[in-house]
Amino acid sequence: MTRASEATGQGPDQPVAQVGGGIIDATDSPVLDVDPGINATSPKLAPWELRFTSYDVEAFEVPRGREEQWRFTPLRRLRGLHDGSATATGRIGVSVVSGFGDAASSDLGGVRHETVGRDDPRLGDGGIPADRVAAQAWSAAPEAHVVTVDEARSEDEPLTVTVTGPGEGQSVYAHVQLRLERHAEAVVVLDHRGSGTVAANTEFVVADGAKLTVVEVHDWADDAVYVGAQHLSVGRDATIRHTSVTLGGDLVRLSPVVNYRAPGGDVELDGLYFADGGQHFEQRLLVDHSVPNCRSRVTYKGALQGAEGGTAAHTVWVGDVLIRKAAEGTDTYELNRNLLLTDNARADSVPNLEIETGEIVGAGHASATGRFDDEQLFYLMARGIPEAQARRLVVRGFFGEVIQKVRVPALRDRLEAAIEAELEAVGV
Amino acid sequence: MSTLEIRDLHVEVETESGPKEILRGVDLTVNSNETHAIMGPNGSGKSTLAYSIAGHPKYTVTQGQVLLDGEDVLAMAVDERARAGLFLAMQYPVEVPGVSMSNFLRSAATATRGEAPKVRHWVKEVKGAMSDLDIDPAFAERSVNEGFSGGEKKRHEVLQMSLLKPKIAVLDETDSGLDVDALRVVSKGVNDYKQSSDVGVLLITHYTRILRYIAPDRVHVFVNGRVAASGGPELADELEENGYERFLGASSATKEEQPA
Repeated sequence: MTRASEATGQGPDQPVAQVGGGIIDATDSPVLDVDPGINATSPKLAPWELRFTSYDVEAFEVPRGREEQWRFTPLRRLRGLHDGSATATGRIGVSVVSGFGDAASSDLGGVRHETVGRDDPRLGDGGIPADRVAAQAWSAAPEAHVVTVDEARSEDEPLTVTVTGPGEGQSVYAHVQLRLERHAEAVVVLDHRGSGTVAANTEFVVADGAKLTVVEVHDWADDAVYVGAQHLSVGRDATIRHTSVTLGGDLVRLSPVVNYRAPGGDVELDGLYFADGGQHFEQRLLVDHSVPNCRSRVTYKGALQGAEGGTAAHTVWVGDVLIRKAAEGTDTYELNRNLLLTDNARADSVPNLEIETGEIVGAGHASATGRFDDEQLFYLMARGIPEAQARRLVVRGFFGEVIQKVRVPALRDRLEAAIEAELEAVGV
Repeated sequence: MSTLEIRDLHVEVETESGPKEILRGVDLTVNSNETHAIMGPNGSGKSTLAYSIAGHPKYTVTQGQVLLDGEDVLAMAVDERARAGLFLAMQYPVEVPGVSMSNFLRSAATATRGEAPKVRHWVKEVKGAMSDLDIDPAFAERSVNEGFSGGEKKRHEVLQMSLLKPKIAVLDETDSGLDVDALRVVSKGVNDYKQSSDVGVLLITHYTRILRYIAPDRVHVFVNGRVAASGGPELADELEENGYERFLGASSATKEEQPA
């Protein structure tokens, strides 16, 4: 079956505001906590209004696949992460080094890497699980890795946190928290690799005035299944630059949530994903503007290529942005673009923007999914550039905006090489 | 010495109501060091001729030949045509987001020259060519044609021609949308390349204006998908004076297409 694309929501490049109609309980808690019993009766609810958070796995129904939250996910491929039947059989590997790649050193300077019990009071500072798999991972992870940065580190000295899967046929629940204390700064590569089945919570706790630049790479082996919730906590005047890169794995499902704790937060979420035949890459984002004068930018770009006759490549991008009544002065824009390199590919792209106050700087979204632009190819080839190279130039250009923001040159090289290799694999 | 020969070229495009023939037997020969102007009213098929020579997939050749120095151009892929020495300056240059002009130019020069130009040499060459066309050096780092004005796009088309050094250049309405200053700069760029090379130029235009700057050796009137008349530069003067009326009148097919 060939399906070009399905873009629900609004047309491309049209900022849309859906105002009112929500039952939103804006308490002091920055995490939306709504009684699902009330919401279940209303047919007009936006996805986040059904958002329920809890540390308790039993507080969530076992997903059946019809729920808004799970409707795109092939549940049978989750290997029981969602229904309690996946028992932890292995261990997650978490290592922290200073530097990236060849330049890495085990001397962390002032950075602390602790392995703590689940009762550590710092856990949850980033956010609270909002789906059953995240809650399962929360309660089933035997320990959590907390990496703390107290000071401003040089941009030339990135930290690399490598998370390694438990191995083929093994399952594991994991918990990693990255903490930047007041006015700390760090560039971090959060590198996921290996095999197995993993459900995880990853917390990014960025205190007042701190600045985190993190590239989260999911370069899993072909067998791997990873379902992860990313909890981003943004302190007063704090800055987060989060780039999410998904290149490998059988199924990767990421749910980043941005929780602004105080005014002045500035968050950019960039994403790059490249799905081959049979792969399911899903990203569900929520930027929760709950306090005034915060900024968010979301730029996710995906390429898909399914082999002819094989299983389709499938990506899902759901971008929810909520501007609550209190969040005056909000400035937000989100964009998702998908490039279908072959026929056998399907990209779902669903931007949602809900605005509950008119006192904002700006809010907009755009989503577009399309095939290779034949006019671009013709133009490049008319200048003598061979077709394969022309295609590579176009794809590289497509991702360029996201890749250029990766501040670690060696990682940028690796990502560019990985994209080249992907393209070569199907002869593009 | 190069020759582009177009013989009895018939081209059609796919439309909602089936294939439609646009070119109906074009015969034309362009040699090195010659400049041919093709003039014709809108819809006469001038741009179709340009894109067919370059190999745009939208156009299907149903009959005839295009030969470059005896080689069958129609059997070549788009990129092979460019590497064989054909160049098309497009009426509507395409934007390629995320690909810098400098990267694009270098990729194109590497392809057409058969080897990567030496870096130091290349930088100098590009800078010089850009300055000749009054192009701000900052454009080198901008995405190909993205956000360029009409005039900026046309300057960059001529820039590409001067760097890729084709044997035969087809300029498709390079003058359209240019103010007089831009027209002067672009024309100078074409003339400079003509002088420094043996290029044969096929200049497609709707207006005689550009012919004041780029002197044609031959002028062809293009009507209803074929060359209706050919002559020297004086033919352009006649067109300036009287328009295409005389040639349109001879074409019954044009009338047929008018709504009843």
